[in-house]
Amino acid sequence: MAEREQKKRSGQPAESEQVEDLPSASESGEKLKSDMDDLLDEIDEVLETNAEDFVKSYIQKGGQ
Amino acid sequence: MAVPKTIGIETEYGIVLKGTDDPNPIAASSLLINAFLMVREPKSQPRVSWDFEDESPSRDARGETPLHALAPEIETHLVNAVLTNGSRYYVDHAHPEYSTPECADARSVTVHDRAGEEILIESMAAASSMLGDGQEIVVYKNNSDGKGNSYGTHENYLMDRKTPFGQIVHHGIAHLITRQIYTGSGKVGTELPGMNRDEVTFQLTQRADFFEEQVGLETTLKRPIINTRDEPHADARKYRRLHVIAGDANMSEVATYLKVGVTAIILGMIEHDAISRIYTFADPVRAMQQISHDITLKRPLELDDGTKIRAHEVQQALFADAQKFIETHGTEFVGGPVALDVMERWGHTLDALGRDPMELATTIDWVAKYRLLEAYRERHGLEWDDARLAAMDIQYTDMRPGRSIARKLGLERISSDAEVQAATTDPPEDTRAYFRGECLRKWGDHIVAANWDSLVFDVGVEPLRRIPMMEPTRGTRKHVGTVLEECNTPLELLERLNG
Repeated sequence: MAEREQKKRSGQPAESEQVEDLPSASESGEKLKSDMDDLLDEIDEVLETNAEDFVKSYIQKGGQ
Repeated sequence: MAVPKTIGIETEYGIVLKGTDDPNPIAASSLLINAFLMVREPKSQPRVSWDFEDESPSRDARGETPLHALAPEIETHLVNAVLTNGSRYYVDHAHPEYSTPECADARSVTVHDRAGEEILIESMAAASSMLGDGQEIVVYKNNSDGKGNSYGTHENYLMDRKTPFGQIVHHGIAHLITRQIYTGSGKVGTELPGMNRDEVTFQLTQRADFFEEQVGLETTLKRPIINTRDEPHADARKYRRLHVIAGDANMSEVATYLKVGVTAIILGMIEHDAISRIYTFADPVRAMQQISHDITLKRPLELDDGTKIRAHEVQQALFADAQKFIETHGTEFVGGPVALDVMERWGHTLDALGRDPMELATTIDWVAKYRLLEAYRERHGLEWDDARLAAMDIQYTDMRPGRSIARKLGLERISSDAEVQAATTDPPEDTRAYFRGECLRKWGDHIVAANWDSLVFDVGVEPLRRIPMMEPTRGTRKHVGTVLEECNTPLELLERLNG
């Protein structure tokens, strides 16, 4: 399965300038901005109700 | 010479048992994993346990964990299971830990790391039916509790034993501290002793605050940037396993992919002595923390010759060397075709970090987290020390799908859902994990113990039979698929393998 995916990408090494990537990056940036308000609403819904207690009680034993 | 960069990731998850005054993380971790095993692999009773035969006691202190510390109503052995996907799922240092099977490239290990998340999600669901009213086990894929306690996400890379360790140290330090600019998962505040939270409101990584040494054997205190644990889990005459403890757990698949993909290429270059310059930092541990504490990525870092350099410049130079390396040496030992895609994403990521890191809000964890926290701060007019921001920091890595903030952000994927689902049960086909996983699937009842480099069979007649697997790149589907298919009993298998 992995091999099939890889074949699609066996293009040239990264030296080529990927100019066409730029617009799509900023487009997705725009979309992110418009989505951010909805996202913040959602965060308010799912965030632990008493943030202070939650943060205080999140204590872990040290590990590696 | 380079050897194929077989890769694995081990993740210690944070764990919380809600709804109790006496949360015992060891008991909660045991219950979590046992619940998963009962639902998912009921057939493997008695469960295949980990075989400590080849592990040195200094490496593994699990046997010293006081069993009387466990709550009586809960199973009193520490769980240590091997799954049919070739992974290991166990309790370590009061955390549930998931070790991916050995993978042949960055893409495969990214899929299996994500499969680990799905296994933790299934585990939480399975555990819920075994808990009392109002109780819930929640796991977090982070590396710090914000109070000075850290737990690790470790990467492992197969390396050529002949490569001088000094070379690994020099170049490894330079790479591991500078890669933080794209591997960091972000953290609110700082836990560096003596440093005030006002001085660092947000930093690139979870882990940098916890490092104290350049090189050493420790993993739980005085953590070193380069860990010297020498336990190859393979033929020790040929191989070394570089155990990297300096990274963060990533929620972004692209960040995981870059973290292991680029590091595999860098290690291949070290084996070929193909890095053109040694960057010796005046104080590498301090530099590691300075890099993490600077979200502008502009801070110059002091080298021991008195000159200064930025982390981004080191990564650009390594990238230029890597391009030359791949042109001359190909990708055979550093991930095959996947390495070309890693190069492309690495270059793209460095370009974006040079322009404006915020362009990477869908691929790089610290950017995604920072951007969200800033927006939230602005909306509610919060100072950086507001508990809601610290809560979001933790909840970014909440594994409950409905609660995970990272999963709400639309982070770019490397894997598909179908691949991930398959990887929760199926081993990679191109490493020895295939042999381990398929044997467990087919003859789990006859396997009494398993570890990275061997399986122990009970074939019905004395004695127990151990099959060594000292070559991580053998035991692949190509290598043993037909044999496994044709054999009906483990005894047949042993005869075929010996013949």
